[in-house]
Amino acid sequence: MTTIIASRPDIPGEDFSRVAMTEETLSLLQKLRGIHGDLMFHLSGGCCDGSSPMCYPVGDFRIGGQDLLLGTFDLPATDDLPATEIGFWVAKPHFEYLRGSHITLDTVDGRGAGFSVESPEGKRFIMRSTLLPS
Amino acid sequence: MVVYANPNTDGAVVDFKDRYDHFIGGEWKAPAKGQYFENPTPITGQCFTMIARGTAEDIEAALDAAHAAAKTWNKSSATERAAVLLAVADRMEQNLEKLAVAESWDNGKAVRETLNADLPLAIDHLRYFAGAIRAQEGSLSQIDDDTVAYHYHEPLGVVGQIIPWNFPILMAIWKIAPALAGGNCIVLKPAEQTPASIMVLMELVGDLIPPGVLNVVNGFGLEAGKPLASSPRIGKIAFTGETTTGRMIMQYATENIIPVSLELGGKSPNIFFGDVMDADDGYLDKALEGFTFFALNQGEVCTCPSRALIQESIADDFYDLGIERVKQIKQGNPLDTDTMMGAQASNDQFEKIMSYIDIGKQGGAEVLIGGEAVDLGGELSGGYYVAPTVLRGSNDMRVFQEEIFGPVVATTTFKDYDDALSIANDTLFGLGAGVWSRNGNVAYRAGRDIQAGRVWVNNYHAYPAHAAFGGYKMSGFGRETHLMLLEAYQQTKNLLVSYSEQPQGFF
Repeated sequence: MTTIIASRPDIPGEDFSRVAMTEETLSLLQKLRGIHGDLMFHLSGGCCDGSSPMCYPVGDFRIGGQDLLLGTFDLPATDDLPATEIGFWVAKPHFEYLRGSHITLDTVDGRGAGFSVESPEGKRFIMRSTLLPS
Repeated sequence: MVVYANPNTDGAVVDFKDRYDHFIGGEWKAPAKGQYFENPTPITGQCFTMIARGTAEDIEAALDAAHAAAKTWNKSSATERAAVLLAVADRMEQNLEKLAVAESWDNGKAVRETLNADLPLAIDHLRYFAGAIRAQEGSLSQIDDDTVAYHYHEPLGVVGQIIPWNFPILMAIWKIAPALAGGNCIVLKPAEQTPASIMVLMELVGDLIPPGVLNVVNGFGLEAGKPLASSPRIGKIAFTGETTTGRMIMQYATENIIPVSLELGGKSPNIFFGDVMDADDGYLDKALEGFTFFALNQGEVCTCPSRALIQESIADDFYDLGIERVKQIKQGNPLDTDTMMGAQASNDQFEKIMSYIDIGKQGGAEVLIGGEAVDLGGELSGGYYVAPTVLRGSNDMRVFQEEIFGPVVATTTFKDYDDALSIANDTLFGLGAGVWSRNGNVAYRAGRDIQAGRVWVNNYHAYPAHAAFGGYKMSGFGRETHLMLLEAYQQTKNLLVSYSEQPQGFF
C-alpha cells in the first residue's frame, strides 16, 4: 500500500499531515468528482458501515461545530477537471481516539450502505491506520 | 446435523430468481432506468442474483402506490391490520427453512442462527404487534363537567424505512410490524449488501398485504436511500446504520419537519464481577457463554458485547476459561447446522475488521486468540471469514472505542465497582451492556448506572418482543420491539368537545 498524496495539516498548531490517500483512492476520487462535483469526507462512527470514511458531494452533509477538519487534500487537475481540494472531517469526540493515529484512505472492492458516493462503483473507501510517532 | 444444499442446486430448499425487480403496489416492477446490480453471497463470494438498482423515479412510484393505498389502509380497523400481520407470520412460519437458508445465503450468517433466532423472532414480532394494536386504546380526559378531551391514535400516513444488512429480515420486520399495525403504508429500502432475502419474503407474503401498503425498493443509498429519506412525501423516516448517515437522515428530516428514529450502533461493555467464579456450576457456564456472545452473528450486531470488563480478582482463571470457550466456536459452511460462525457480510466489512485488528496490534493490544482471516477451503475460500478474536488492552485504545462490527472482543480488567462503571461508561455509545454477578444488588445497581438503553443482566443477546430496545448517547434515539413503538408510528388527534349550551363568554 503506497500513498500518493498527503493532506495539508489543518489542525491549529500542528505541522504534520494526518491523512494520506493511495493511488487507487485518488483515481476513484477523480472519477467520482466527474460525476458528483466537488467532494468531502466525513469519518463515520459505529454500526454496520461505520468506522469508515463517507464521501459526499460538498454541501450535502452539513458540517457543524462538533466537527473537526483533520486535513485537506489537493487533487491535481485531470484532462477534464480543474485542480481542487477535498477536506477530511471527523466528529470532535471521535478525534480524541484518533489523535495518535495516521490515517490512510484506501479503497477496496465492496459495497458500503449509507449514502457514500463510491458505493455504486462496487468500491468502498476504507481507513487504514498507523501510529504517529509520539 | 443438517447441511442444507446451496440455493439453486439439487435438493435446495430455496431457489433464487436470476433477478429481482422492486415490489411496488403489490406487483413486481422493473426499475425505471432498467439497471440491475450483482448480489454476491459472502459465503463463497460468488454472485447469485441480480437486483433492481432503484433511483428517485422508483422511490416516487413506490410513494405513489403507498399514498394511494393509504386512503383505505390508514382507516383500516385494528382487526384488519392484525389479521394481515398474523397471516404474514403464519406464512413465514410455514416457510421457515426456506427463509432461513435464503437469509444465510444473502448475509453469510450461520443457518443455525436464522433457523433459531432471526426467523422465529421476526414471526413472533409480527404476532406481538398484531396483539398490541388490538389492545391499544385511545383516552379521554374530562376537563370539566361540560368539556371532554378525546385522544385518538391516527396513522402518520406513509413512512420510509431504511434497513441494515446484519439481520436483513428481522430488522425489516422490527420496523414493518409496528408501522403496519399503526395503520401506515411503507416504502422500505433494504441494504444493498443484502437485498435478496427480503424479496424472497415478499414473494411469499406479498399476496397477503393489500397492494401498496408495503413497497420495497432496492438500490444504493445514494441513489435510492437518499431520495426516500429526503422526500417531503413521508411522515417519518426510520433508520438503522452508522452515525454519519444518521446525521444526514436527521438533516433531511429537518427540511421536511418529520420525526426520525435512529439506531446507530454501540461499543457495548460486558461486565463480569468476581463472584461469577464463586462456584463451578451452570451459572458460570452461562457467564462464559455470555463472554463468547461477541461472536454471535460474526460480531455484526450493534449490541455486540465488544468490550469485556473482567474483575482483577478472577482475571487469570476467567481468561483461561473464556479462551477455552472461544476455541470451541465451530467455523465452517454456514449452511451446516453445526456451524456456529459464518461469513462476514461483505468484502469491505472483512477488510475493515482486519484493519482494526491491525490497529489493535499496533496500539499494543495483546492477541489472546484469533486475530487472523480464516480460509475454510473449497468453494468457501472465496468467502469472508475471520477467526473469533480476543484482544487484551486498555479502554483508551481505539479497538475499545471504535465499533469494529466483527467477531472481535476487546478485554480489560477492573479493580472494583466504581472502576468497572467508569470504564463501562467511558464510550461515545450507549446501546447495549451486560452485567454478570450472582449478587442481585450489585447487578441491579450496575444495570441502573450504565448509560445504555438495554442492559442484559445475567444474560445477553436476547431480543424478545415486549422489551424495549434502543440507544443512549451517540447510539441514537427511539425504542423498538415494544408496544411504545406503536405511538412512534402514530399521531395523536385530540378532539376537544364542549357539551355546554352556553356561550364561552368572550364576545
